[in-house]
Amino acid sequence: MYKYDKLDQQIVDERVTQYRDQTRRYLAGELSEEEFRPLRLQNGLYIQRHAPMLRIAVPYGMLSSKQLHKLGDIANKYDKDYGHFSTRQNLQLNWPKLEDVPEILAELATVEMHAIQTSGNCIRNITTDQFAGIAPDEVVDPRAMAEIMRQWSTFHPEFALLPRKFKIAVSGTKDDRAIVQAHDIGMEFYHDAAGKLAIKVWVGGGLGRTPILGSVIREHLEWQHALTYCEAIIRVYNLHGRRDNAYKARIKILVKALGIDEFKQQVEAEWLHLKDAPNTITETELIRVGQHFDAMPYEVLAAHDASFDSAISSNPAFAAWVKRCVHAHKTAGYRAVTLSLKPHGQAPGDATSAQMHIVADLAQLYSFGELRVSHEQNLILADVKLSDLFAVWEKARANGLATPNIGLLTDIICCPGGDFCSLANAKSIPIAEAIQMQFDNLDYLHDIGDIELNISGCMNACGHHHVGHIGILGVDKDGSEWYQVSIGGKQGNDASIGAVIGPSFSAEEMPQVVQKLIDVYVQERTPEERFIDTVRRLGLAPFKTNVYAKNEHAKNGATA
Amino acid sequence: MSNLIQLKNGVASLADNDWTCVQLPPSQAEERKQAGKVVLFKLTGEATVTAEQITGTIIPATGKIIVPLSVFITRKNEFISRINAGEVGVWLDTHEVLETLIENQADLNALPIIAIHVQRFADGRIFSLGTLLRTRYGYKNELRALGDVLRDQIFFLKRSGFTSFAIRADRSANEALASLKDFSHPYQGAVDVAQPIFSRYNRLA
Repeated sequence: MYKYDKLDQQIVDERVTQYRDQTRRYLAGELSEEEFRPLRLQNGLYIQRHAPMLRIAVPYGMLSSKQLHKLGDIANKYDKDYGHFSTRQNLQLNWPKLEDVPEILAELATVEMHAIQTSGNCIRNITTDQFAGIAPDEVVDPRAMAEIMRQWSTFHPEFALLPRKFKIAVSGTKDDRAIVQAHDIGMEFYHDAAGKLAIKVWVGGGLGRTPILGSVIREHLEWQHALTYCEAIIRVYNLHGRRDNAYKARIKILVKALGIDEFKQQVEAEWLHLKDAPNTITETELIRVGQHFDAMPYEVLAAHDASFDSAISSNPAFAAWVKRCVHAHKTAGYRAVTLSLKPHGQAPGDATSAQMHIVADLAQLYSFGELRVSHEQNLILADVKLSDLFAVWEKARANGLATPNIGLLTDIICCPGGDFCSLANAKSIPIAEAIQMQFDNLDYLHDIGDIELNISGCMNACGHHHVGHIGILGVDKDGSEWYQVSIGGKQGNDASIGAVIGPSFSAEEMPQVVQKLIDVYVQERTPEERFIDTVRRLGLAPFKTNVYAKNEHAKNGATA
Repeated sequence: MSNLIQLKNGVASLADNDWTCVQLPPSQAEERKQAGKVVLFKLTGEATVTAEQITGTIIPATGKIIVPLSVFITRKNEFISRINAGEVGVWLDTHEVLETLIENQADLNALPIIAIHVQRFADGRIFSLGTLLRTRYGYKNELRALGDVLRDQIFFLKRSGFTSFAIRADRSANEALASLKDFSHPYQGAVDVAQPIFSRYNRLA
């Protein structure tokens, strides 16, 4: 993974000094609340319901063992001994003291980490596929470009105070795992007909209050122009995006108002001036950064391993875990492993300090000292030998990290919700926990098969509910918490936004609502169908009928 | 004390202000509200200056003046000799369209100063406007940030081509000077340092 040189290190060190002084001035009353707000936000610090929340950047989801050990130490020293991995591949601490944040940043800087631009109206952490570099279906490893873009976007002076947040995702696979269409800018890298590295660019996607999938603004962009083309897009947005209404300030609203053709024409006109400007990426720079992502020193292994095969056939629990949590690798004899942060009945994405240390040790022992965070809020060991899988499983299982539910109903994507977040309308974690307990039978879960259930505590959609096969959104009605349910959302190349099934439910009803949706699926599915396929084939009606059947009955009973 | 920071040959220091910023008379227009809240930012291109305000603007008879863009365009004839004498600059708000100035003043470098007024420090349009003036329209003279100008934004303003900063009156310009040095080696090329870090240094070493 990318390692800092002295220039990178100096920038994060200077950031610590700058933020330490900004915090000092705020505490001394020299900066008003309003003036300090964008400064702390651009350092990932929110003021939350109970305490501040600090979001630490994990650029494109890559972590080293050393970094994860440090995060475990920080969570122990400055927080309540745990952290929350977010849907933007970052790590959030829920209980740090505002006064301690400069010290936390100083500790992070010692392991080449920071919290720069993890919030605020600026270019945020750039995200990508958690299997970048090792996926068999990968066309281009997008991480070198993601790192080049991380550097370019860090303290970009022209885009320091945009109308609203700005999220970029990059992907290098045919089968998109980075939800590029749900980002302000999405980039898919590919090789063009001439064999050259090129980019397909989407713009104006986003979830939140107004979910919209992005539009293609350019089918083919030569890689050298990635930065200047982004500058053209963001300049048009910076000047013309709506600042008068925060709910209409995202680029998707501007793109929609102008229409993609007019927006594209303005961007292209701008780009005529920017094309070939100094921020054009050089071959040397791509090679330099690319070296940091060279293939690991893999051993030459056979495609099969006898000890692994015998463990599979003799140990059904191990076999179940392998089925859900172990993924293909482009190198023979290696696999990627997802360590589930979704044990049933616990907050999705949470990891204790002890778990962080254990995962860091596992990565050190079995996966070249590196790991990744997925946007589904799990941790990934990307390079594990087949012959080591059983040992990894035993250690992971002993530490609550081997729930074999990846891609299943209980692998829930979930924001921190009303327990922590001051924006939330409703709690989300207790809903996730209740659903996990409702489906706490692994055989049944496997029978239900591939399904994505996403929960957001408010329309800001941090839990990506719009693209969940089942999406749950917390809403506020007259001061009490209700849950709106949608089905048919999907991430990936054939992405879609889910449709709301009807009136919302109380928290207590939610496990049964999900149960009834699943019942319809189990009854109606063809042998090959996943939940999403059945929804797409049948539409909302049968699901809606079953979910609301009892309510109708109760209503009739009441009026009778 | 003028509370002005000025960059000369890249060196920042406190400076006296010898320009008078000409103000429009107050407008009668009501504040725009949305969902009960006053709208803090005007839309780009939103017409905000009335004909009465333009004619009612009092222009000092002597001295170096920075006039509002709308007044500059409409009443240019009144002070054409002073423009030629290098005593007139222009200021515009972040929601005004820069191209209006370009269309009405072919030679921008006849203006010794252009100022951009930022009503609220969080309005990042000022950075694009500065960048465009320098890189697109070839403006070479003093570029000043006016209004809600605070020390935590001036590093970005400097990088966007601004060369003077009228720090808000209730804040110390002297203390603000330090923030111009927040970062020694910025990553990306911008107005002040055009080349990105990968072209300035051999990072393979």
